[in-house]
Amino acid sequence: MMIKIEKLIHDYIKRDDEGNVAGTFRAISGVDLNVEAGQFIAILGHNGSGKSTLAKHLNALLFPTEGAVWVDGLNTKDEKNLWEIRREAGMVFQNPDNQIIAQVVEEDVGFGPENMGVPTEEIWTRVEESLKAVGMLEHRKKSPNRLSGGQKQRVSIAGVIAMEPKCIILDEPTAMLDPNGRKEVINAAMKLNRTKGITVILITHYMEEAINADQIFVMDKGKVAMQGSPREIFAQVDRMKELQLDVPQVTLLAYELRKQGLNIPVSILTKEELAAALMGEEQAQESTSAPETEENVESTEKEEADGDQG
Amino acid sequence: MGIKVDDISFLYERGTAMQVTALDHVSAEIPDNQFIGLIGHTGSGKSTFVQTLNGLLKPTTGHIYYNGEDIDGEKFDKKKLRSDVGLVFQYPEHQLFEVDVITDVMFGPRNLGLSEAEAKKRALEALESVHMPKDLYKSSPFDLSGGQKRRAAIAGVLAMRPKILILDEPTAGLDPKGRDEILGMIAGMKRDLNMTIILVSHSMDDVARYVDRIMVMGGGKLLYDDVPVKVFRHVKELEELGLAAPQITYIMKLLKERGLDVSTDALNVKEAAAEIMAHRRELHV
Amino acid sequence: MFDSITLGQYYQTDSVLHRLDPRVKLVGTFTYLISLFIVDSFVGYILAALFLAAMIMLSNVPFRYIIRGMKAIIFLLLITVVFNLFLTPGEVIWQLGFLKMTREGLTFAVKMAVRLSLLILGSSIMTLTTTPTQLTDALESLLRPLKKVHVPVHEIAMMMSIALRFIPILMEETDKIMKAQIARGADFESKNLIKKIKSMVPLLVPLFISAFRRANDLAMAMEARCYRGGEGRTKMKPLVYQNRDRIAYLILLAFFVVCILTRIYF
Repeated sequence: MMIKIEKLIHDYIKRDDEGNVAGTFRAISGVDLNVEAGQFIAILGHNGSGKSTLAKHLNALLFPTEGAVWVDGLNTKDEKNLWEIRREAGMVFQNPDNQIIAQVVEEDVGFGPENMGVPTEEIWTRVEESLKAVGMLEHRKKSPNRLSGGQKQRVSIAGVIAMEPKCIILDEPTAMLDPNGRKEVINAAMKLNRTKGITVILITHYMEEAINADQIFVMDKGKVAMQGSPREIFAQVDRMKELQLDVPQVTLLAYELRKQGLNIPVSILTKEELAAALMGEEQAQESTSAPETEENVESTEKEEADGDQG
Repeated sequence: MGIKVDDISFLYERGTAMQVTALDHVSAEIPDNQFIGLIGHTGSGKSTFVQTLNGLLKPTTGHIYYNGEDIDGEKFDKKKLRSDVGLVFQYPEHQLFEVDVITDVMFGPRNLGLSEAEAKKRALEALESVHMPKDLYKSSPFDLSGGQKRRAAIAGVLAMRPKILILDEPTAGLDPKGRDEILGMIAGMKRDLNMTIILVSHSMDDVARYVDRIMVMGGGKLLYDDVPVKVFRHVKELEELGLAAPQITYIMKLLKERGLDVSTDALNVKEAAAEIMAHRRELHV
Repeated sequence: MFDSITLGQYYQTDSVLHRLDPRVKLVGTFTYLISLFIVDSFVGYILAALFLAAMIMLSNVPFRYIIRGMKAIIFLLLITVVFNLFLTPGEVIWQLGFLKMTREGLTFAVKMAVRLSLLILGSSIMTLTTTPTQLTDALESLLRPLKKVHVPVHEIAMMMSIALRFIPILMEETDKIMKAQIARGADFESKNLIKKIKSMVPLLVPLFISAFRRANDLAMAMEARCYRGGEGRTKMKPLVYQNRDRIAYLILLAFFVVCILTRIYF
């Protein structure tokens, strides 16, 4: 078990100017969640649902008020585990500028290994491999200010992989990017999951990014409100709307057509599936169970990419 | 009435090795009371373009006329232009600074030289238009949620009573609910306040739902300027620009390829469903 | 597009100077500066100028970039010269109305002008051939002995390099905030001092808030990447002296000694 969360509760404590407790806010009110090694997990939720707070428990940036979190068998409450946990569970944050330390790309990627005391020569090897893995090697000598948002986030991902984690947590990594940047980042993360078996936990509110996950957890009011495969989750159109989330346009359309009497499957996630349902199968066959093929992934992302977010 | 953009070009770092042509001979007319979507990928020139409309940036060549007058003319009052053409930047909440929400919203009207009473009146109107809860008027802007901050910032520009309101990516960084709320609020403003609204965005889906007219920019040029339905017919060209047509358009195109004789002009789920149901007999279901 | 590298004037090319360890350059510039105040004779200044000329040639940086550094102080230079020329008491050699130019004034003015120019040019050579990152690394290394007296050398170096990294970002943000406030009718061009200060509030408050927010985010990101201070850290690009650096130190020493000698004998 890569990540195990048991009965987690997290309270934020508000203090007044003198430092006395002025109130508490319960951001997480009882979460049980398990993630197997090698999975690609998406945690969806509207702003305020508790998903970002949950993310920060996974690399011990926050500690449980009650309950426990284990990362690769290490309890986050145990102080002596702190740095090992942070090495194993790397995190990429939302703002592309505010996580880059150095003035040259390759130096920023080396920051993590430097902190870990990795010998100089090995740092170079790791930096090169990490930059290659995210497709940014050619930009290694550039200043981060000359990069696009998507490129900056990829550099940050490289910086995390250079620490050789078992798991990468991406906390809304695409919220500040344009559609192309979003594609770049999600593709980089998926590639790492598929080719290197790194567990990826993606926190997002863009459902098109979650479509290719192995499992989706939907958060609401500090709890896990829904859990299941993408197909299972997105089929529940009404529930998703209640939770203030989007559903792919094609799924909405299928839902609408069902309402109007057409007998098509409940969960349709891609336009190809809709076309097959309405017009019969085309000669080439695609399995109706996830995961989609590489090609499908790209066309799905393309059609979803420009949806919903400005 | 309105803005006339006459063959403007804009060069950054002119004359140096790093010269960039941000705008390349752009002409357009912005009339009263229109809902316009301005689309383009990063680097297309759309941000530069909107900054020329309220005089923040001066075109390298070409002219801009507001109600017939050249805005770079001798006698032209740029300050009045800025109150008539309101510009809300991306992540506008970064401009908040005052002690409470209402004082911040009064900043604009005060700068126009209005009396305290008049400034307050306008601020209250603006806060109403953005549906800001009344109990937050006296809160510090930094105590608000992200979506509320954004609305407070938009109110700050609305309080200037612009005739043309430009919003640069107003949904950036918001979750689906926040996005729907802001866009709904903007559509409501258009309805109630009779102004021209220019919505700058990357997202075709957002824009397609609301606007009367779409301007597409790429490489500093104005490439398309027409009603949404007509613009979205250029799917291939849009893709080459790094943009996409609305998702619904792709769905309808695929159905058409598979033999369903539907029109591909539907812009939202409702229209698409209606169009498909109208061809029920051709379906295999 | 701002960049701390262009702000720090770094000129990208290859040269003997570019390849020198930044510590040598830092110490060398400092030595040169001191030597400018040690020499006090015509011969001494010629020597210093020749040394500088040699450095300029070794740097492979086009002259027009080197001269740029002078632009900043041209005004200061002029004022210094004029003041010294006309306000130094002594033997009057020229007069126009009440303006009295003395021999002492002339000598002093020329000396100051030469010193200032050589000083600026000398510092420019350093910043043109050394990146800001290298400079902070050099400073961290040279100040290391201070750790023994509990000076937080690593933390200071880290703060400097983070500050350098964020200068361009904050500059862009200032620009954005200014534009946003101008769009709301703010006036940053008032000549009135009180108004000018007041007009800074809508600029500075958002900027400060933004800077704090960034600092917060950055701290979290650093912790997430296992940063826990300077203990146990290794370096990706450690500073290691090469033979050419040792030779450079010897040359600097020789130059310094000669300067002292010219002071004694000329």
